[in-house]
Amino acid sequence: MVDIGNANQAIERVREFEALTGTTGPVPPATATTASRSGLGVVFWVSFGWVLFMVLLAIFASVLPLKNPNFQDYSAVNIGPSIHHLLGTDDLGRDLLSRIIFGSRVSLIIGFASVGLALVAGGVLGLLAGYTGGWIDTVLNAGSLVVLAFPALLAILVIEAFWVPRSLLKLTIIFAVAGTPSLFRVIRATTLSFATREFVVAARTMGATTWRILFRELLPNVVPAAVSFALIGVAVAIILEGSLAFLGLSISLPTASLGNIVNEGVQNNNLTLNAYIALWPSLYIFILLVALNLMADRLRTRFDVRAGNL
Amino acid sequence: MSRYVSARVVQLIFIIFFISIVAFLLVHLLPGDPTLAILGPNDTAQARAELLKQLGLNRPLPVQYWTWITNVFRGNLGISFLTHQTVSNAIGVAFPIDLELIIVSQLLAFIVSIPLSLIAALRPNRLFDRIATTSTYGMLAVPTFVVAVILVLLFAVKIHIFPATGFNPLAQGLGPNLKSVLLPSISLAVGSVAIYYRLLRADMIATLQEDFITMARAKGLSTPYILIRHALRPSSFALLAGAGLSIGSLFTGAFVVEILFQLPGIGFQLIQAIDSRDYLVVQGMALVAAIAYVVINFGVDILFTFLDPRVRRG
Repeated sequence: MVDIGNANQAIERVREFEALTGTTGPVPPATATTASRSGLGVVFWVSFGWVLFMVLLAIFASVLPLKNPNFQDYSAVNIGPSIHHLLGTDDLGRDLLSRIIFGSRVSLIIGFASVGLALVAGGVLGLLAGYTGGWIDTVLNAGSLVVLAFPALLAILVIEAFWVPRSLLKLTIIFAVAGTPSLFRVIRATTLSFATREFVVAARTMGATTWRILFRELLPNVVPAAVSFALIGVAVAIILEGSLAFLGLSISLPTASLGNIVNEGVQNNNLTLNAYIALWPSLYIFILLVALNLMADRLRTRFDVRAGNL
Repeated sequence: MSRYVSARVVQLIFIIFFISIVAFLLVHLLPGDPTLAILGPNDTAQARAELLKQLGLNRPLPVQYWTWITNVFRGNLGISFLTHQTVSNAIGVAFPIDLELIIVSQLLAFIVSIPLSLIAALRPNRLFDRIATTSTYGMLAVPTFVVAVILVLLFAVKIHIFPATGFNPLAQGLGPNLKSVLLPSISLAVGSVAIYYRLLRADMIATLQEDFITMARAKGLSTPYILIRHALRPSSFALLAGAGLSIGSLFTGAFVVEILFQLPGIGFQLIQAIDSRDYLVVQGMALVAAIAYVVINFGVDILFTFLDPRVRRG
C-alpha cells in the first residue's frame, strides 16, 4: 500500500531541509506554457466530466432503472455482458452493473466526504496559522508534524478495529482526521506565501477584519493548491477503503462496496470461471483514480502550484 | 551541519516519546474489553474484574503507561495472551520478513524508476517522456490488491513459476525464499516506481538546465556520464525523501500484500492481534513500526547533509 501523498510530503521535507540549512536545490522550471495558462484544458474537463458522471450515477442509483444489486437470479448465473445485464452477472446471478454503481457509493462517500471534512478543518486552521502566526502557528504546526510522524494507516487500522460496529460515518470521520494534518500543512504553507503580499497589506491598512482578510483575500488564492492536493487525498482514501473492503475490514453493509466485489471475484475460483466479477470493479477504481490524478495535475500546472513554493 | 543534526536528534526524541503515548492511548482509550477476549463472553463479571486487576488495567492510565514504558526500556514488551509468546519474540520473527519485502521491493522500484526518469528527463515532453509519464498515472491508479491478484493469476495459477501464498524462510535456501517474496515485492514496487519516477524526473529536468551541466557538456563528457556522475546526486533529494517515507510506511502499509500472500510480517500480525484484542501485541508492534518509520526518515534527513557538500562545509 503506497501512499500517493508521500510525493508531496517528500518535497515538503526537502524544502524544510533547505530552509534550515540555507541551501537550495534545483528549482523546477515553470512547466506552464502559454497554452496551458489559458485554461484547464481538455484533459481536465474530460476527467471532471467522468468523475461527475460517476458521482451522479451513485447519487441517483435508486431512481435509475437498475436491477436490485442483491437480487439473486439463479437462472442467469455467470453470464457475460448482454442486453439484459450490461456488465453480466456474478456467480449468484446478481447484476454486476447495479452492484458496482451501488457499491461505488461507499467509495465515493468515504473519498469525498472525508477529504471534504479534512479540507474544511485543515483549511480554517491552516489559514489562521499561516496568517496570524505567533503561538497559534507554533502550536498547530508542531501538532501537525507530530501527528504526521505517526503512520496514519496504523492508526486507522487500530481505531477502525476497536470502534465497532463499523459504520460509514465512523470510517469517514477516521479518514477525515487522518487527512487533516497534511491538508493543514499545504494550506498553511500556501497562506504563508500570500500573507505578506501587497493586496493583503492593503486590505489590512484599509481596516479589514482578520476574518475578512482570511476568507475574502487569502482563501480564493489558497483554493487551487488546496483542491489539487485534496483530489490526491480523495484518490488515496478510495484506494485505502478499497483495500480494507477487499480484506473485509471496511464497513459491513448488505450492499457490498467495490473492494468487496473484487474480493468476491477472487473467491471460489471465480477468477477462472468468470473474470468479469473482479474485472469491472477494478476497472472502475482504475479509471476513477486516473481521472482524479489527472485533474489534480492539471490544476497544479494551471495555477502554477509548485512544490517549490510550499 | 552539527546544528542541523542536533536539532533533528532533539526532534526525534520528542517524536518517539509522543509516539509511545499515542501507541498506548490508541489501544487504551477505545472501547472493547480485553478480558472479554481472554475469558470469552460466558464468564462471570467477577472473574472479569479479577483478571482486569491482575492485568493492572484497573489502575489510572498514567500509572499503566509508566509501568508499560519502563518495561519497554528494559526490553520487555509484555506477553501475548493469545499465543503466550513474548511480544518482542513475535516482533523478532515478523520484522525480518518486512525487512526482506522492503529491500526487494524497493530495489526493484529503484532499478526501474531511476533509468526511466533519467532518460525521460533528458528530453522532456518528447515521446519517451510522454509514454513513461502516462504509464505512471496508470501505476498510481491500480490498487495494490489488484496488482497482487493479477500477478497471482499470471504467475501462480496459469504458469506455476511462483507459489501463490506462503513464506519460505531464508533457512530453506535463497531460491525458495526469493520465490516466495518476489510476487509480493513486485506488487509493492508498482506504486513506488510511479512516485520515484515523478520525483526524480522533475528534479532531473531542473538540474539539467543548470550551468554546471552545460559546462560538463562543453567539456565533451558523454551523456550517460553527465547524467549519473553530475546530475543524479543534486537531483536525488526529493527521491530519497520519498523513499524514506515509502519504506517507513511499508512496515505497516504492506499489510494488504502480507495478508494476500500469507506472509506473517508486522502488518499481518498486527491485523490478527487487533482482531483478537491482543492489546500488548498491538501496542508493541505499533510502537516498533512507528519508531522504524521516524528513524528511517531521520536517517534520510541526515543523509541529505552528506549528499550536499555545502552543508558539510558550512
